Amino acid sequence: MEGLPALLHGFEVALTAYHLGLMVAGVLIGILVGVLPGLGAPNGVALLMPLTFFMPPVSAIILLSSMYWGALLGGSTTSILFNIPGEPSSVATTFDGHPMAKQGRAAEALSLAFLCSGFGALAGVITITIVADDIAEFALRFSPAEYFAVYLLAFCAFIGMGGANPLKTAVSLLVGLSLATIGMDTVSGEMRLTFGQDELVRGISFLVAVIGLFGIGELLATADETEKVEGIRARVRLAAVLKTLVELPRYWVALLRSAAIGIWMGLTPGGPTAASFMSYGIARRFSKRGDNFGRGEPEGVVSPETSDHAAGVSALLPMLALGVPGSATAAVMLGGLMIWGLQPGPMLFQDRPDFVWGLIASMYVANLVAVVLVLATVPIFASVMRAPFGLLAPLIMAICLTGAWMVSGSGFDVLLAIGFGVLGYLMKKLDYPIAPMVLAMVLGDKAEDAFRQSMLISQGNLTVFWSNWLVGSITTLALLLLAWPVLAWLLRGGVQLSRRPAA
Amino acid sequence: MTRIASPHASSRFVPSRRGLLLGAGAALLARPALAQSWQPARPVEFIVAAGPGGGTDQFARIVQSIVQKHNLMRTPIIVSNKGGGAGTEAFVYGRGAAGDPHKVVFGTNNVWLMPLVTRVGYGLADLRPVASMAADEFILWTYTDAPYRTAKDLVEAARAQNGTFRMGGSQARDTDHILTKQIERATGVTFTYVPFRSGGEVAIQLAGKHVEANTNNPAENVAQWRAGRVRPLCVFNPQRLTLTEKVHDGVGWSDIPTSTEAGIGPADFRMPRTVWLPARTTDAQAAFWTELLSRVRETPEWKAWLQAGSQGDLWQTGAELASFIREDEATNRAHFREYGWLVEQG
Repeated sequence: MEGLPALLHGFEVALTAYHLGLMVAGVLIGILVGVLPGLGAPNGVALLMPLTFFMPPVSAIILLSSMYWGALLGGSTTSILFNIPGEPSSVATTFDGHPMAKQGRAAEALSLAFLCSGFGALAGVITITIVADDIAEFALRFSPAEYFAVYLLAFCAFIGMGGANPLKTAVSLLVGLSLATIGMDTVSGEMRLTFGQDELVRGISFLVAVIGLFGIGELLATADETEKVEGIRARVRLAAVLKTLVELPRYWVALLRSAAIGIWMGLTPGGPTAASFMSYGIARRFSKRGDNFGRGEPEGVVSPETSDHAAGVSALLPMLALGVPGSATAAVMLGGLMIWGLQPGPMLFQDRPDFVWGLIASMYVANLVAVVLVLATVPIFASVMRAPFGLLAPLIMAICLTGAWMVSGSGFDVLLAIGFGVLGYLMKKLDYPIAPMVLAMVLGDKAEDAFRQSMLISQGNLTVFWSNWLVGSITTLALLLLAWPVLAWLLRGGVQLSRRPAA
Repeated sequence: MTRIASPHASSRFVPSRRGLLLGAGAALLARPALAQSWQPARPVEFIVAAGPGGGTDQFARIVQSIVQKHNLMRTPIIVSNKGGGAGTEAFVYGRGAAGDPHKVVFGTNNVWLMPLVTRVGYGLADLRPVASMAADEFILWTYTDAPYRTAKDLVEAARAQNGTFRMGGSQARDTDHILTKQIERATGVTFTYVPFRSGGEVAIQLAGKHVEANTNNPAENVAQWRAGRVRPLCVFNPQRLTLTEKVHDGVGWSDIPTSTEAGIGPADFRMPRTVWLPARTTDAQAAFWTELLSRVRETPEWKAWLQAGSQGDLWQTGAELASFIREDEATNRAHFREYGWLVEQG
């Protein structure tokens, strides 16, 4: 761990009053931006950018990255309270987070989400401290075949789990895959499924789809189910936060497993979204309380949130080392780097260690600051749930529609979100699972590209997915996970099959 | 919660007309006052015809940062990426904004090449060329410990591999693919062209030895070159690059042989970085942007950016630019017909 002296130097850089002030300011702006509908982290970063021209680069990146952490935490808030995922990576948090909120456990769900995020982020930053020097080398090993294997792993970990009707799961998955192909195809350069419509050229925005499927769909379903319009009796006290903190160690298995999944997916090109889905899927399959998932099980919040942030944090270093941004926010920050006179790439670590290690040290401190600050907001946000549904519903609808419009400033997207809302409602009523469709939309086109690139590279030979230990073990693990229900049944001798015919 | 910049996110920062003129005047002492016939009155949107992170994205963001840093204009600028359909999303958006001088589109030669190869929702007449600000160079790269020392070696190795030689590039039927086709045309070899999403991805795929070569722009590969993972074989420009700075192991930009010296074709392949307004904007509005961009060009930051990416300084406006576009379109149309890429717009 040769990073230790460098890290200590980094703390000297990060722990000045000025930088601590920047962190608090950045985190507060970030939380605001994450919670406010439609503003979003990339916009927030872009708006702050001119301020940073007059700062040293390390101060600038501390301000912007703190804002980013704040925004990520703020985004989980809307997932839990309103079932509106602010970021693709917080979709999986809605599965159990929102049911918890509806049961009056909003404060618990929020505290749990934030504490786990903090834990995940800490695990991620500790890992990158240890492996910082080797990250670029490791990331270079990923050819399209490895990318495909990682996406396959995410799919297999999430799909194939029990619960829903397998046929309905397949329908949902295939609809998602078809939606993901809309727009220009990278590999052939052809337009697909656009039907000559200009609006479809850019493809269907994932965010618009989830705003509709989750936000609006949930709203319609709730309106349908409840006749009463009074609020949920949410208990809102700061004590709830402390109580959750005390209970947190109970989830140690989930925490460690999810952090490991998150870090792995962050360092490989899988990214936070794949990580959170995968973590949720694996937790559901292997947890003792797996049957409660989807009905407000705390572990269903713990798993995706921990992985999401572990992956988000550990993905930052490969980004600096390779110069390829993983998200719109990261792209704005990378643009800033060049304006400050730094060049992202493998040499950044040698050329500007003060910058890199200052940033890493600031990630320890800023994430701590962010979690403490955001926990303080829990009582405020949780009390929102006490408002009567009749008051809340129009507000949520407004949030959803504004959010859909803000994605790319297009009226077509608003109509699309409403369409997805109706689809989401119907799927819920007819018991089609929405999650496989969402996962297919996020990873489908990436997986398809990677597969076809692999086929070009290998001249159409499928053994490319077992051509070295890295891709071979990921592919094999993915296929094992896919076959797990069958394997588990074989291992148990098929005895317990008859016990749960409904599953 | 959303990811793309909005044109109205910061409308409250619109300054008064007077403040705007004062500010602009103060910043521009070195020059006669800007043509006052038109000024932006509300926030301006820079539309990038590419996803985040690549050369076109940097182009728009560097212009934005220079305008803000030097106070060349007082209305705020929002940069939004509309990279869908290999950039056509941005041009379709530009078509929809006909007559709106607050929408500025940043692209390359893809503005006039894309309609040739795929069905798109705009025509060249829907956009008004304002300026070409730079020409990005194309270099043939391979990974450092590859067996080929020269471009000729690489071409001969590819010939021996009989079509299985892997050439990475960004997007299909876009500049990298066109250049690959031109190399094939000039040398008679066949490559397996593997399209990725961005030049950055292609750089990493080459550094990781997953493809054997790429034709990245200097900026896309320089970080990997400095790290000693890739090396240049030739530059597709009749003249050598002028920058003498050594990048890695005593080799610098000016040491890269031209493609003619290396004995492979094409001799000249460069990509103009272009700025457009929607159609039906007035001459005065176009003049404002031409003037503004010419000021951006004179700042040290712009020159530093050109140099960092080893890009050529290609400044074309007005009729000169329009006739360049016409000629280039005609040449490529003929080539694309030969490759069977041409698409009938309907």
